[in-house]
Amino acid sequence: MKKKTVFIEGAISPSFISDSIAKHQSKHTIGGHNIFLGQVRADEVEGKTVAAIDFTAYEDMALEQIAEIREKAFKTFNLTCMHIYHSLGKIKAGEICFFVFVSAKHSKEVYAATEYLVNIIKNKVPIFGKEIFEDNTHQWKTNIK
Amino acid sequence: MITIKYFGMLAEHTQCSEEQMDFKPLTLSELVQDLKVKYQLNSASFHVALNHKLIQDSEDITLQLQDEIALLPPFSGG
Repeated sequence: MKKKTVFIEGAISPSFISDSIAKHQSKHTIGGHNIFLGQVRADEVEGKTVAAIDFTAYEDMALEQIAEIREKAFKTFNLTCMHIYHSLGKIKAGEICFFVFVSAKHSKEVYAATEYLVNIIKNKVPIFGKEIFEDNTHQWKTNIK
Repeated sequence: MITIKYFGMLAEHTQCSEEQMDFKPLTLSELVQDLKVKYQLNSASFHVALNHKLIQDSEDITLQLQDEIALLPPFSGG
């Protein structure tokens, strides 16, 4: 199974996102794109504020899982294009750490595909976030099911 | 040899991200039990992956040479 680039060291920059959009202008069967961007939130926990999240992953397993997820999503939603990127390393509050970009002929498919992909990646892919507070203490991030 | 990998809070707790052990014909659940004792993991919540696949029921699986086992705390990507 072909493994695409998913993991990016550091934050996902707005220019990377705009370049991704620009690359699709030559694909004339596409009628709609949808994008989800995950941004690091400065949560407050017991008086302390999250300054960054340090992401790690079981990369070999994660890439295999995402390849399977991609294959299933292409079949289910009739997509033309699908791109999934997730940051590794320390991402500061306000920066983008997760970028899902899907394209299809019509809008209906891209809305459904985006929701499916975001949920399944959060729940099924071995990525781990360590929330680092401003005083350099930390806690391990948990996702709401 | 078999390889055991630890991630997230488990790597922090064991102070180890990867270790190798001499091969023994254990079941996967016996190995996990040994690791729970070795690192006092009884209060930890984790999944077990064998060769990149999550395993729900590890009692009937006998380890093979070159297996890669991973202890994975709850996923929190996104």
